[in-house]
Amino acid sequence: MPKHSQELIARLEDEALKIRRHLIRMIYQAGSGHPGGSLSATDVIAALYFHVLNVDPKNPSWEDRDRFVLSKGHACPAWYAALAERGFFPIEELDTLRKIGSRLQGHPDMRKTPGVEASTGSEGQGLSVGIGIALAAMLDRRSHRVYVMVGDGENDCGQTWEAAMAASFYKLDNLCAIVDRNLMQLDGPTKHIMSLEPLADKWKAFGWKVLEIDGHNFKEILKAFDKAESVKGKPTVIIARTLKGKGVSFMEGAVGFHGKAPNEEEYEQAMIELGGEP
Amino acid sequence: MNYGTWKKESQRTFWARALLELGRERKDIVVLSADLSTSVKTSVFAKEFPERHFNVGIAEQNMMSIAAGLAASGKTVFASTFAAFGTGRVYDQIRQSIAYPELNVKIVTTHAGITVGGDGATHQIVEDIALMRALPNMTVVVPADAPETYLAIKAVADYVGPVYLRMGRADVPTIASVQDDFELGKATVLRDGDDVTLIGTGVMVSRCLVAADELTKEGIDARVLNMSTIKPLDRDALIKAARETGAVVTAEEHSVTVGMGAAVAMDLAENAHVPMKRVGIPDVFGESGDSDELMEKYGLTAENIIEATHDVMRRKGGAL
Ligand SMILES: Cc1ncc(C[n+]2csc(CCOP(=O)(O)OP(=O)(O)O)c2C)c(N)n1
Ligand SMILES: [Mg+2]
Repeated sequence: MPKHSQELIARLEDEALKIRRHLIRMIYQAGSGHPGGSLSATDVIAALYFHVLNVDPKNPSWEDRDRFVLSKGHACPAWYAALAERGFFPIEELDTLRKIGSRLQGHPDMRKTPGVEASTGSEGQGLSVGIGIALAAMLDRRSHRVYVMVGDGENDCGQTWEAAMAASFYKLDNLCAIVDRNLMQLDGPTKHIMSLEPLADKWKAFGWKVLEIDGHNFKEILKAFDKAESVKGKPTVIIARTLKGKGVSFMEGAVGFHGKAPNEEEYEQAMIELGGEP
Repeated sequence: MNYGTWKKESQRTFWARALLELGRERKDIVVLSADLSTSVKTSVFAKEFPERHFNVGIAEQNMMSIAAGLAASGKTVFASTFAAFGTGRVYDQIRQSIAYPELNVKIVTTHAGITVGGDGATHQIVEDIALMRALPNMTVVVPADAPETYLAIKAVADYVGPVYLRMGRADVPTIASVQDDFELGKATVLRDGDDVTLIGTGVMVSRCLVAADELTKEGIDARVLNMSTIKPLDRDALIKAARETGAVVTAEEHSVTVGMGAAVAMDLAENAHVPMKRVGIPDVFGESGDSDELMEKYGLTAENIIEATHDVMRRKGGAL
């Protein structure tokens, strides 16, 4: 029997769809936010929160929990939706995104939101934070794992490579990075703004185990996380090929929906496509 | 308070227009962006002069030191991104590569302060004026409205040396009285008065004018100064206003502990002892919210300026 049953895959697909509907509604209601990068990240985040991560929503600061850091903090609507669906806070609270006094800030705030492990938003810093968490686990002889998602655009940042060098130097096999390789950044396609290829070779040269997968295929996502856990003596990076705006036809591959909320008509169309009630 | 009737315009649009004109007039103008060219509107320049625009990706440190190299080779460089990433993130690159060697780089930022709104504290830098003011050789400019932004961009292009120029994201009320003149390093008197001086910078200048109108109804005659160059501070205008009116209120969309008000306070302490009060963001990070709601919550309204005026008038021993 395959390790990941059809039931599991179907459940994850269902959770991902719920997350997509939530985040579109949240961004629409807030009137601002980043749908494109939230949608491309959704499937990996769903796999993490509904299968991979060992976390306890009733005790978000349990010391042995696995950690997830969203370095590309602008995609936090997907993270908040997953946390709410997993029971970290009430689902109704999702609708307060970006509003004054809300626990759900426009970019992640670890002091405000249960389950949020690091404050991010200025690109390029999350992987280093993840290294700190992984080093602390090593010092304390704890066996939890640390997952960090970075945007492909974040691979422009010098600090990403400072972190890449350090993580392999410290042999952090409790650390797993996921690159959301949606081929887009804010101003356009990565290959036109700052070309990254050969990206896998770069990470390999920095001493990482590199896995390349389809970031919207749960079988491949789950297999990659299993593989990452078995790698010893070095960190693993999963380069997840994704589609920016995945799931909403007119947002897919559209630069315009990097950081713009849908209008009413677009919102209704998106909800229909995601099989929800507008 | 009512500035709802004032025309609101985008500083970013006026900056983009000024930059485009500069590009047409001068071949030495080179522009750098860091994956925010569409947001900061350097895309307008890039469209007409693709060969003189470099988008370095999300790599602001790299951008600042590249700017230094271009300037060292005779170019007049405009490097532009959000205020948070164009100052705090790259402080050492600016300090070491640009300010110390006094290179001709203009750091032009948008999305400063809490009016950024929904993006929240990570993006709402309220310490950028302080950082740039601290640097030797740096000139710091905060235009009050869109037309002044246009004039200021032209002026800083003519000035040789490092400049930091700060803008917000939101459209700002256009102040008829500042439209015609801009001189780097000079504060302008937008409204005469003898009882108190309200010194504003950036978006708070319009709030000062509204407050001054309200104060007239109470018989308080407020002078309003637009302090659009924060460094070098126009000491002569400041001391003159302090001596003639005997009380000073400052207003800025920036941390009140380290911004324009702090600079004014230091000068007054040494040169003119008059009651003063600073209006600005307290010593805290911002948060997500609607920009007008945030301006209210963090004490940046005309009412706050009026309250501060009452306080300094009381201490001055005036009517209140
Ligand atoms: C240091 C820094 N510079 C600029 C920005 C503005 N910004 C927000 S998202 C983004 C593009 C991100 O691209 P990528 O990492 O590929 O994210 P995704 O495509 O997944 O949305 C930029 C430039 C930022 N948040 N931080
Ligand atoms: Mg991307």
